[in-house]
Amino acid sequence: MSKTPATLFDRVWDSHVVRQIEDGPDVFFIDRHFIHEVTSPVAFLGLETRDLSVLFPEKTFATADHNTPTLNQHLPVQDLLSANQLKALEVNSAKYHISHWGLGNPKNGIVHVVGPENGITLPGMTIVCGDSHTSTHGAFGAIAFGIGTSEVEMVLSSQCIMQQKPKKMRIKVNGKPGKGITPKDVTLYGISKLTASGATGYFVEYAGEVFENMSMEGRMTVCNMSIEMGARGGMIAPDETTFAYLKGRDKAPKGEAWDKALAYWKTLKTDEGAFFDKEYAFDAADVEPMITYGTNPGMGMGITRHIPTSQVAGGSKASYEKSLDYMGFHEGESMLGKKVDYVFIGSCTNGRIEDFRDFASIVKGRKKAAHVTAWIVPGSHIVEQQIKEEGILDILTEAGFQLRQPGCSACLAMNDDKIPAGKYAVSTSNRNFEGRQGPGARTMLASPLVAAAAAVTGVVTDPRGLIAE
Amino acid sequence: MAYDKFTLLRSSAVPMPIENVDTDQIIPARFLKATERTGFGDNLFRDWRYNTDGSPKKDFVLNNPIYSGNILVAGRNFGSGSSREHAAWALYDYGFRCVVSSFFADIFKNNSLNIGLLPVQVSPVFLDKIFTALEANPHSELEVNLPEQTLTLLATRESESFEITTYKKHNMTHGYDDIDYLQAMKADIQSFAAKSMY
Ligand code: SF4
Repeated sequence: MSKTPATLFDRVWDSHVVRQIEDGPDVFFIDRHFIHEVTSPVAFLGLETRDLSVLFPEKTFATADHNTPTLNQHLPVQDLLSANQLKALEVNSAKYHISHWGLGNPKNGIVHVVGPENGITLPGMTIVCGDSHTSTHGAFGAIAFGIGTSEVEMVLSSQCIMQQKPKKMRIKVNGKPGKGITPKDVTLYGISKLTASGATGYFVEYAGEVFENMSMEGRMTVCNMSIEMGARGGMIAPDETTFAYLKGRDKAPKGEAWDKALAYWKTLKTDEGAFFDKEYAFDAADVEPMITYGTNPGMGMGITRHIPTSQVAGGSKASYEKSLDYMGFHEGESMLGKKVDYVFIGSCTNGRIEDFRDFASIVKGRKKAAHVTAWIVPGSHIVEQQIKEEGILDILTEAGFQLRQPGCSACLAMNDDKIPAGKYAVSTSNRNFEGRQGPGARTMLASPLVAAAAAVTGVVTDPRGLIAE
Repeated sequence: MAYDKFTLLRSSAVPMPIENVDTDQIIPARFLKATERTGFGDNLFRDWRYNTDGSPKKDFVLNNPIYSGNILVAGRNFGSGSSREHAAWALYDYGFRCVVSSFFADIFKNNSLNIGLLPVQVSPVFLDKIFTALEANPHSELEVNLPEQTLTLLATRESESFEITTYKKHNMTHGYDDIDYLQAMKADIQSFAAKSMY
């Protein structure tokens, strides 16, 4: 029987459509739902107002992360509003029998870090969360994307949402990345080429040898940032790397169930000749360590380059000027040598063990620059534990850095970790929007290696000169 | 959440010719700490609208009394970034019922439709004409006709049609939402779930 060739995305999407509405969205079934304290309270309130209950509580997982302090987590949360939200998550989870990893729980951490590391995220699943970086889970060959609070309420009450099937895009990156090139650089490079809206309306599949050779941590970094070019999500076909990562994880299938799942997972790929609405191809050799100079993630460049003129950058001149003005930068300038006040390593983009290994590889044997404030925030308690066990904590302490406790932290600055107005931060997170890291904060997005180079030199520095041979 | 039915809207409009307005600008994260859905309009565009001491920034369009109305007209790629529905709530709570742009971010568009805020996507050329008209006369009115799917610049009678699915149009014109629909098909969902592998 000959079938039309399908993409990985088609396979997973089509098998989750409960009903197709004519000239409307698909009723789309959700396998896993993550919730956190910020975008769920109003959804629970909605359930109450309508007198609805949670249809499949075992498919929803709650963790506290957005609002949590990164110091003294054993003490009561000081900020009353934050404490209120955390309490609401706890109470709602208990009321509806949802698994809840609150503050202090050894499984607690950033939602997109704890899902994969506990084997909750699996290939072929559909996964949503009221957080746009849910795209992270696509690294496992899942369809995963962020939703709004009304949709959180839909999933709680019916395990479905209404979605129009997006168009399909494939981004292939072949070739061999050079020294000091991390998955974050590959993704920032792609976004700089496609712009912050270049993939709006699409779901992306990443393919090619660069992603095939990448670790799961790296793949998560790449899929995580899909939303920063406007895509709903991104995914990578599961392979031996995926299976090896999942085997033995807490909630991953075991024994016979594992064998059965594995057989299914191996079918999850894109057929030869399958149709994509748009395709891009890049050569890894062209990727440099990247850094952003503007106020959206598409405004990035190789660290040795000069800030492009508005003409080269494209878009409206007024918006471009507004952006550079906010950053205090000028067209044509080099970024190298610019003073850095803060360094933030963490978030669901770069808060996994590999990222701290990278950071430590440069910090080792060096000292933190005196004027730099560094926030080093693991993505979860499990990552925190690994940092300690692998001796990374010793390297950090030796160099004058302090390790904080897990959470979203300065990624969105809802807690106390706010970069002060006008200050410059090199951050491994995902958004350099105006005020994202605190009112008036000036964010430069980069990899953990670039962040480490900035942390020890106090200025924007090409990390390649600091990497031990 | 129930919202006002939307059929015909005739109003002056507020121009914001800035591109890539992300949801962190629409409502900064530090105002997301509520456990209820009210009051977000006060902090709409907070950091563009107010100085740190709380005084209004004179040059920001929402502080310019010349402009008013239930329609926001914004530059391309409006609503990018964070999935926070609070952005749509803030716009709605402030009094906007419609946002016009030449391009919207996906999640924002979905969120807006779910809460009764109509995103109207027009061509870049028409968007420019609207900005020009508002600059020439801040009281220029727009007419959004949802049943007909048209946006009209009343001063010149120039009009453009916009897209919306039949399903969403039906919801918006009746004030229904997706939850009503999903509740009505629960049996189908349950039998689907029974066959699901996860
Ligand atoms: S780390 Fe940042 S992007 Fe990730 S879940 Fe938290 S707030 Fe969202």
